[in-house]
Amino acid sequence: MDLSTTYLGLKLKNPIVPSSSPLSQRLEDIKKLEDAGAPAIVLFSIFEEQIRHDADALDHLLSAGTESFAEALSYFPDVGDYHVGTEKYLELIAAARAAVDIPIIGSINGISPEGWTDYAVEIERAGASAIELNTYYIATDPHRTGAEVEEMYLDVVRAVKAAVKIPVAMKLSPYFSSTANMAVRLAEAGADGLVLFNRFYQPDFDLDEMEVRSDLNLSAPAEMRLPLRWIAILHGRVKTSLAGTTGVHSGRDAAKYLLAGADAAMTCSALLKNGVGHLRTMLDELQTWMASKEYESVAEMKGAMSQQAVENPAAFERANYIKILEDYKGKYILA
Amino acid sequence: MDKKRIAIIDGNEAAAYIAHKTNEVCAIYPITPSSNMGEWADEWSAQGRRNIWGTVPTVVEMQSEGGASGAVHGALQTGALTTTFTASQGLLLMIPNMYKIAGELTSTVFHVSARSLACQALSIFGDHSDVMSVRQTGFALLASASVQEVMDMALIAQASTLEARVPFLHFFDGFRTSHEVAKIEMIEDERIRAMIPDELVIAHRARALSPDRPVLRGTAQNPDVYFQGRETVNPFYAKTPEIVARAMAKFAGLTGRAYKPFDYFGAPDAERVIVIMGSGSETVRDTLDYWAKKNSGEKIGLVAVRLFRPFSAAHFLSALPPTVKAIAVLDRTKEPGSAGEPLYQDVVTAVNEAFTAGTLKIAAGLPKIVGGRYGLSSKEFTPAMVKAVFDELKKTAPKNHFTVGIHDDVSHTSLDYDRNFITEPDSVVRAMFFGLGADGTVGANKNSIKIIGEETDLYAQGYFVYDSKKAGSRTVSHLRFGPEPMHCPYLIQSANFIGCHQFIFLDQVDVLKYAKEGATFLLNSSPYTPEEVWDKLPRKVQEQIIAKRLKFYAIDGSRVALDAGMGSRVNTIMQTCFFAISGVLPKDEAIEKIKYAIKKTYGRKGEEIVKKNYKAVDMTLEHLREVPVPAAATSRRELPPVVSPKAPAFVQEVTAPIMAGLGDDLPVSKMPVDGTFPTGTTKWEKRNISLFVPVWDENECIQCGQCGLICPHSCIRSKIYEPSALEGAPATFKSVEWKDKANPGKRYTLQVSVEDCTGCGLCVEVCPKKSKTRVGHKAINMAEKEPIWEAEKANWEFFLGLPEVDRGGLDLSSIKDVQFAQPLFEFSGACTGCGETPYVKILSQLFGDRAIIANATGCSSIYGGNLPTTPWATNAEGRGPAWSNSLFEDNAEFGMGFRLTLDKQREFAIELLQTLRSELGDAFVAEIVGAPQRTEAEIAAQRARVAELKKKLSGLNSWQAKHLASIADALTKKSVWILGGDGWAYDIGYGGLDHVLASGRNVNALVLDTEVYSNTGGQASKSTPRGAVAKFAASGKPAGKKDLGMMAMCYGNIYVARISVGANPRHALKAFLEAEAYDGPSLIIAYCHCIAHGINMQKGFDQQKAAVNSGHWILYRYNPSLAAQGLNPLSIDSKPPSIPLKDYIYSETRFKMLSLSKPDEAARLLQLAQADVDQRWTLYQQWLQTPPTEPAAAPTAE
Repeated sequence: MDLSTTYLGLKLKNPIVPSSSPLSQRLEDIKKLEDAGAPAIVLFSIFEEQIRHDADALDHLLSAGTESFAEALSYFPDVGDYHVGTEKYLELIAAARAAVDIPIIGSINGISPEGWTDYAVEIERAGASAIELNTYYIATDPHRTGAEVEEMYLDVVRAVKAAVKIPVAMKLSPYFSSTANMAVRLAEAGADGLVLFNRFYQPDFDLDEMEVRSDLNLSAPAEMRLPLRWIAILHGRVKTSLAGTTGVHSGRDAAKYLLAGADAAMTCSALLKNGVGHLRTMLDELQTWMASKEYESVAEMKGAMSQQAVENPAAFERANYIKILEDYKGKYILA
Repeated sequence: MDKKRIAIIDGNEAAAYIAHKTNEVCAIYPITPSSNMGEWADEWSAQGRRNIWGTVPTVVEMQSEGGASGAVHGALQTGALTTTFTASQGLLLMIPNMYKIAGELTSTVFHVSARSLACQALSIFGDHSDVMSVRQTGFALLASASVQEVMDMALIAQASTLEARVPFLHFFDGFRTSHEVAKIEMIEDERIRAMIPDELVIAHRARALSPDRPVLRGTAQNPDVYFQGRETVNPFYAKTPEIVARAMAKFAGLTGRAYKPFDYFGAPDAERVIVIMGSGSETVRDTLDYWAKKNSGEKIGLVAVRLFRPFSAAHFLSALPPTVKAIAVLDRTKEPGSAGEPLYQDVVTAVNEAFTAGTLKIAAGLPKIVGGRYGLSSKEFTPAMVKAVFDELKKTAPKNHFTVGIHDDVSHTSLDYDRNFITEPDSVVRAMFFGLGADGTVGANKNSIKIIGEETDLYAQGYFVYDSKKAGSRTVSHLRFGPEPMHCPYLIQSANFIGCHQFIFLDQVDVLKYAKEGATFLLNSSPYTPEEVWDKLPRKVQEQIIAKRLKFYAIDGSRVALDAGMGSRVNTIMQTCFFAISGVLPKDEAIEKIKYAIKKTYGRKGEEIVKKNYKAVDMTLEHLREVPVPAAATSRRELPPVVSPKAPAFVQEVTAPIMAGLGDDLPVSKMPVDGTFPTGTTKWEKRNISLFVPVWDENECIQCGQCGLICPHSCIRSKIYEPSALEGAPATFKSVEWKDKANPGKRYTLQVSVEDCTGCGLCVEVCPKKSKTRVGHKAINMAEKEPIWEAEKANWEFFLGLPEVDRGGLDLSSIKDVQFAQPLFEFSGACTGCGETPYVKILSQLFGDRAIIANATGCSSIYGGNLPTTPWATNAEGRGPAWSNSLFEDNAEFGMGFRLTLDKQREFAIELLQTLRSELGDAFVAEIVGAPQRTEAEIAAQRARVAELKKKLSGLNSWQAKHLASIADALTKKSVWILGGDGWAYDIGYGGLDHVLASGRNVNALVLDTEVYSNTGGQASKSTPRGAVAKFAASGKPAGKKDLGMMAMCYGNIYVARISVGANPRHALKAFLEAEAYDGPSLIIAYCHCIAHGINMQKGFDQQKAAVNSGHWILYRYNPSLAAQGLNPLSIDSKPPSIPLKDYIYSETRFKMLSLSKPDEAARLLQLAQADVDQRWTLYQQWLQTPPTEPAAAPTAE
């Protein structure tokens, strides 16, 4: 059975790719992922905002109170260089490149134009095979139009594409007025792949402390429906690679993305929950399912249930309950 | 100067450089201003830097200077080349070993940054009191006068000691030389090696103790031979001066820099000569150069003393010009009651001995010799003072035993001097910068010196003056750049560039006092723009700018800093301005060099910091403006008075001038004769250092009192009062109903002293009440001060006038009630958000009116007792804590002395009462002797009885009555508190603390445990936890924290509590009350978050909670009174660890920096530290579960 796929122009031995997560923070875990069958690994993201914040914090906390009081002109010894900024990340890419045979995809979350491009160049130089742009922007400014926000995304893609030679994927948010149009424009701007969709931290309220908490829960398979819809819609309509992410907990979940038209199915929560070895189980499940449906290759499956390929394309356009009511009888029954 | 070999360093680094190159072992202990020498040595060894023989010296921190000198002695005895660094009291603690080391003819060099001794007061600043106190030990004393000389003499001393076998003390002036940054020439390894022959090193080792060739040293000798033994060393001392002279000559051959044991400068035919050592000699030399350049024809000269001990009369006399007629010998020390200060006495002896022997080769015969004192505690010594001394020598009968630099209107010792005599040459750029500690001014200036010193042929000098506050401190930087080597170790007296980095300084200090005519004045005009700043200047400043024809530049620097992401640090911006307009370097070249320096300075902290600073540089150039100066002053704004006119006379006459930076002008008569000062003076020093202050929302407030309890600066106060007291209240004064059913009808006010607030924000953090409609809004919230400033000033005044709440009715174990107990510790200069001061304040609230406090040297003695003001205060009856600081090492013993007196006086008072029974009445005597004093009300009743007793005694005439009247106050309960940090309690003072606690006496020790030497800049103590980075533990402290509490509990009769006011304030209160109530020794160990932990100080109490929740800081009380009742005296008052240790420690830079610099080592230490926590919890549980087998003995006084 041929599980291979091509994603971002990279030839992958199978389509279930561990997505950006804490599982890729240590070299030994990267090796374990490869051993478990990962065909490529999207590294955890470096956040420009976090890097800036950490550097500012270290600078501030090491220098707070210094050169103020004659007896204590400093409070800490000079311990030489700190492993701060992108240094550790880049070292990890280089080390991973040397240690594993699969492609390593760097992931960036930037906040400034130079942040995106500088980090992208550094990641390329460190040896990454591709870059995933982890766009994470909550448009809270009531004066900023949707068009402006869209332009910002396009600018990022154009700038990064101009700065590096390796393929660039865009991990998208689902919140566009016209997701399909946005996908096409991103492709035109140079994106080599689209990853659908980014999941965001969402606020929650602590009713005891009366405080806002913000964190990220592990995904559930049911959450894959939104990206599944859009991959199915976009398949055949955009020229980029497509990857489905969110809700891939089993080989069968992965199969759904592939059938919708994805070139890769990305997984994270399932591995965090069940351990890295679960990847092997998922691959086995995928193969079992493929065998049961007599698929011989992933290539065969891709897009088999995309909007263009299904019997009822409107299924992907149903937005609420009312349309389901309309379909109470077969469409070929006239009376 | 050979460019390849130049370096821009300070005196301490210069000494440490040679010491580290030429030794194998350094045993050290931190003390200002020498600490940096040990820190350099430790850092270099941690980096693997090797000495000239290729091995990395071992650097070890000891528990005290006494310990360091013992370790040095031992290491020397076993053959290691060994050194130490110290100053002041530290050197005094080394004296016993110094006698031993010298008596045993052991080669070593101690490097000392000479500092004042604690006499009427402690001073961290420079003079020769310490080194003069060891001149009798047998050590040779070699003085350096400049940073270059420090490096040179350090090596000459090292070479000489190995040949002479006499140990050397190499010293230089604390701060003036130890902290002056200068451009000097380094000495490379091969030249150092050339100075130190291998055979001398090997000979030193050959003299060592070894079981392979055993000898006995350190015998006890009897009257028959001790004397002769003591005389055996004479030939070694006799040879030493010549050995030093030879070493100096050899050194000159290697480096081109020539010295002699006594160097002569000046006219060959001088008639008047000054003899002086240390940096003062440079000032004299500078003055001589000035006259020489002017061809004044003055017949004057200088003998600069390098080798003071052994004092070589022959070398000294040969340095004197034969034409000399009058000699002034200047000593930088004071020996009250002596015939003269040490150098003076030696000179008199040398000259007179030669005269008597007929060998004096001076044409005019015996010259006049006078001695004088100068420069104590870094008092300025300027060319004007030098001139005054030379002028005095012209007189037929020059004043002897004079002083210069002060106005002595008591003993009339002082020489007048002409303050307008200024020798600063125009070829030198002289720049002064007034900054805040927090704005980074000093760091930027140190960078500027490096840029100019390293990149040009100019010589550079930097010296930095700091005030004694830890929050909102002011700094003044003095920078000189010139074409020739500088001999001017004194502050700039005429500046051609003045930078004022904070607008508010224009109201507080005379920034333009030292501006030369035509100088450039650069102002950070924030909050105003350059365009509007002229009209905002005080009138006096405008007049100075016009009269001195200053070129005036301004930049809205704080705005630019904010926009560039620099926060409040205007350093890079103002530095860029300096280079842009001073013309020291061509502008473009200067900017390029600033950027290079930024990369060098900040690169290791990450590229982001570099980028941010680059941005600040670029933005600065766009925003700097020259301000047009009109012909006449236009401002009507006069400078505000330094203190309120309501301040008492002493504050007006003494304290206020010191606050205004005019303390140098105070005459001797204004100073207390014995170091005694009034308390309660911080309230007159309205520092206004925060732009944001807390604002009380009276409608949200639940009146719990937590904000007031923890306010580190005692700026939040509460009172309840009758509604009628509100009459005349300002319109904005807030008052609400007191929500206490037991006490209906009263009003409640929580008032903030906005002028004293440092803006730490801890009050908002601890406030438990959130608004129901806006949860981000609490019952107390930070807001901008400016709009409410005037109104809140008036409200505070009105609040102070409201009556204090009667203490008798308060439940002092309740936070809600403690808010009404008046703090008798207020507005200290501690760090913003200090973790120590809440405890100190609580102590003052609970027991302040009967407390007598012994305070170990450290942060608490500085914010508690550093002039100009003290936070210790009095209540309306005039009672309050009596406070004193003895030393660092003896604090427990000092406090125990208080208790001994109180106990003895009470005992004697009772004896006298018994003898006066018939006059005073049996019942009255019985009542006063037997009165219980457990509660506030009972203590108040006893005070009333004592007042009655005194009244009765005043009518009696017997000697017994008079004596009893003088000690009657001892019949009222007094509370003895022994305060200090962990450096004292765990290290230097531990032996004493242990003894005092074991004594059974009723004293209370409060250990303010920051887990590091905070006051001297973050050196590791035995309290420092495993894995924390500190100075002397740069790779993370490898050993676990000492469990001081458990050690004390082992005695069984000591009350011990470990508390954390941030984690459990009620528990802290309870521990204070139990400790004080316990009639025996008590020890409270209090967790204090600290700026040296590298935390956001506003979150200090979160750190305290995390320390407790992780199990690092277990809360407990051990009360021996319970044991006496057959109960387990120990109660564990915190829950089992609920978070992993890493969640606590990695939120603090002291731990996190190791994970960023040495991640593997950090992980290893974390694992061990977690094991420490787990094991300790188990151990305490075991203690908890073991009931005492028999009741512990009650405390005794034996």
